[in-house]
Amino acid sequence: MTLFGKLTWQAIPWQEPLPLFSGLGVVIILLAVVAWVVMKGYLPYLWREWITSVDHKRIGVMYCILAGVMLLRGFIDAIMMRTQQVMAYHAPGFLPPSHFDQVFSAHGTIMIFFVAMPFVIGLMNVIVPLQLGVRDVAFPTWNSVSFWLTAAGALLVNLSLVIGEFDRTGWLPYPPLSELRYSPGVGVDYYCWALQISGIGTLVTGINFVTTILKLRAPGMHYTRMPMFCWTALASNLLIVASFPVLTATLAMLLLDRYVGFHFFTNTGGGNSMMFMNLIWAWGHPEVYILVLPAFGIFSEVVSTFSGKPLFGYRSMIYATMAICIISFMVWLHHFFTMGAGADVNAIFGIASMIIAVPTGVKIFNWLFTMYGGYVRYSVPMLWAIGFIVTFAIGGMTGVLLAVPPADFQLHNSVFLVAHFHNVIIGAVVFGVFAGYTYWFPKAFGFTLDERLGKWAFWLWLIGFWVAWGPGYVVGLEGMTRRLDHYDVAEWHPWLVVAEWGVLIILLGIVAQIAQIVVSVRTRERRRDVTGDPWDGRNLEWATASPPPIFNFAVLPDVTDEEPYWGMKARAREIGQLTRPEPEYHPLHMPRNTPTGFVTACLAVVTGFALIWHIWWLVLLGLAGSYATFVVFAWRDHDEILIPVEEVARLDRANRAARSAALQHRQLRRESQRESAE
Amino acid sequence: MLGQLAGCGRAQLQPAGPISGDELKILLDSVVIMLAIVVPTILTTLGVAWWYRSSNRRARRQPDFVYSGRVELVVWSIPALVVVFLGGIAWISSHDLDPAQPLRSKTAPLDVQVVSLDWKWLFIYPKLGIASINRLVVPAGVPLHLVLTSASVWNVFWVPQLGSMLYCMNGMAGTLYLEADRPGVYRGESAMISGDGFADMHFDTDAVPQGQFDAWVASTRGTGPALNDAAYRDLLRQSVPPHPYTYSSVRPGLFADIVMQKLPPGDGPTGGIPGVHPVGLK
Repeated sequence: MTLFGKLTWQAIPWQEPLPLFSGLGVVIILLAVVAWVVMKGYLPYLWREWITSVDHKRIGVMYCILAGVMLLRGFIDAIMMRTQQVMAYHAPGFLPPSHFDQVFSAHGTIMIFFVAMPFVIGLMNVIVPLQLGVRDVAFPTWNSVSFWLTAAGALLVNLSLVIGEFDRTGWLPYPPLSELRYSPGVGVDYYCWALQISGIGTLVTGINFVTTILKLRAPGMHYTRMPMFCWTALASNLLIVASFPVLTATLAMLLLDRYVGFHFFTNTGGGNSMMFMNLIWAWGHPEVYILVLPAFGIFSEVVSTFSGKPLFGYRSMIYATMAICIISFMVWLHHFFTMGAGADVNAIFGIASMIIAVPTGVKIFNWLFTMYGGYVRYSVPMLWAIGFIVTFAIGGMTGVLLAVPPADFQLHNSVFLVAHFHNVIIGAVVFGVFAGYTYWFPKAFGFTLDERLGKWAFWLWLIGFWVAWGPGYVVGLEGMTRRLDHYDVAEWHPWLVVAEWGVLIILLGIVAQIAQIVVSVRTRERRRDVTGDPWDGRNLEWATASPPPIFNFAVLPDVTDEEPYWGMKARAREIGQLTRPEPEYHPLHMPRNTPTGFVTACLAVVTGFALIWHIWWLVLLGLAGSYATFVVFAWRDHDEILIPVEEVARLDRANRAARSAALQHRQLRRESQRESAE
Repeated sequence: MLGQLAGCGRAQLQPAGPISGDELKILLDSVVIMLAIVVPTILTTLGVAWWYRSSNRRARRQPDFVYSGRVELVVWSIPALVVVFLGGIAWISSHDLDPAQPLRSKTAPLDVQVVSLDWKWLFIYPKLGIASINRLVVPAGVPLHLVLTSASVWNVFWVPQLGSMLYCMNGMAGTLYLEADRPGVYRGESAMISGDGFADMHFDTDAVPQGQFDAWVASTRGTGPALNDAAYRDLLRQSVPPHPYTYSSVRPGLFADIVMQKLPPGDGPTGGIPGVHPVGLK
């Protein structure tokens, strides 16, 4: 036992230039960003307004930024894998297996836990309280802790790039390969502790949002008046609350095996590795729906807004959402039909999996009927929605195919399977968060994103996806299994070359998205959204300013129907009065910002790192620090700030003035259109 | 036809046995049934989205058409009916093609015990007393009764042209029945990451006429080392054999001892620096 546990200078991959230099590059970029922030004097602003913020909108934006940055990291992994498989035909390629295995493990882990999850949670953070017509989530400080713990997990995963190694056993570390005997390095430990830390954050998010949606809604916002996105967020967070403890417990068991010689999943001592597969998928399958349900919610909002119609079959959509929420817990066994469970078990789980296709199909038809008879506007979010329906219909079909056990016997763990889940995760979740990001960007920042570059990004992503993963289906049917670092089958090679082109097309899509942000920020004065309602929206998030004041609503809205904001606009138009009488303002109490989340996360990184490297004194120090942070927070004297009534009135009057001017303008334009039509 | 479309040679779309043939049929049937719904849905979506574009003056707008019981009945029924149909196929085919179900055949099946090791395949022919590394030689037209286990981590035994894959797990034995209808060389592989040598865990399945098979058995018995406990311990060490080879004899009960863990599982990687998983293969 040494002072630094297992950590020595040899843990840094001096001999391997690729991880060394890429890690070095990341460190230099990070230092440069920090230096720039400090030199420009932005640090106090960042600390006050962002790092310590408990405002759900700020936290949501930070979640999305984290997701965007990690998307770049995960995408670099994707390019490396595709390039390796192009080069490694009858050749070793540029990555040795030990490195290639880390790349695919990191790609999956990052894309699911640190891209898709934070992006979805970030959008829920920004929008759900606004749609519910409330001022914040139920537990604002917890919300900040959740975000920072997620960021801590992401940091640990990236630390493994330069100190030690990452998991080499895939994004789900199946034992016995992930047990100490077969993976003696720190890779699996990095994986487990990063997910344990971020998993706590996710669980707390789930509790926070379930409480918010069940308990905090504007007056009159009954369950059957909640926007579809709130319903899907509720379903998704219920799934988080029910399933993330399973993940935490499963990884805890694996950690007990690895750290203190337990035998939960080991080959010897009566361990049962099949139990790990059962447990991890008892979390893993609901996880798929945790991601995709909010995406369905986003598409419901987008399709309805850009068709100028309420969502078709609203109640039917609620039933479909909740049906998916419940059934998604009963299908996990379809991830291992080929383990030899027997015909009855396989058939029952296969059929249960197919049943999920029914509510999912209903959703697609209801979106179709939402467009039917509407005024479809082809803004960027709507393009993502239509691209999604087409892509997802195919991905859903291959999913149902995989649910037929004898078909799965010939497709499981092949690249066909990998193509399927990329088809649904990119086609639904990624397209969904991009639609939501474009749709709600003006709400968060007060100006719209550039349309032209947005359309470029959409087409490049759509085409790039199909060029990259269409070949995946083909090589899967040619018997190619996943995770091969080299191969010698001539039939696969041309398809893998095509897939590489697909990834490069997606890369151009990402470049277009970065350019879109740059161009939009530079031209933001021209694209200001003064009305708070740039798309002629229907729900309450559009009833407040863009960006909303810290308290969201000066007076909580009174909800009398589905689509409350559309109703308000319609009534205002009917009575010909675009300015409602000014309400009575009151001073507002808002939660006070706190560094609790940030400090906890810093200590979590230290504790996690110390656990990974067996530096026990540092573990104790980290845990003691976390406890001290908790005590300091619990003993705080002031937890709220008072926003004086003059400030509330000033902000709300400015918003009302801008809005009524814009409504008047819109009204005039409508009338002139009507006249010209007649 | 799909096979030609994909331009592929040796995989699921070119079945060489009854199991893979039936599985291909199930696969294609399911796809066709679903395409019958999916293709019209996609086309209708694109059509509706285009026709109701806001600039189309000929489109009849119905901004209040937000619910219709009849439409809901139809949209719930269509996927439900497809699932009833596909569910029936899934139920029947899961039972017909259960990997552990013996094949109907006049010929008695050939027993083969399969052990996945780091990173090679061991095929033991218990009744014939021989064994082979990384090459599975079988008589064409004779059912195969495979029993699978692993000496260390999980692998998946898969010969796409013959059919169903199955996990190989330490301390457990899985049963899989397959058959090659006609002579040929069929690619076999592992479908589960098992460490650094995973990509090399492929093997050829040589289906040969019965006479040729008997000759192969006879010649194998005459040459090569014996597979006793010492030789098995050598196999347990992580390595990728450069060529397939055979054992002239096998210690009786070897497979059972592996499954029952009387022979301990492989040790995994050895050596290396603390914290960093040693590189098993350069």
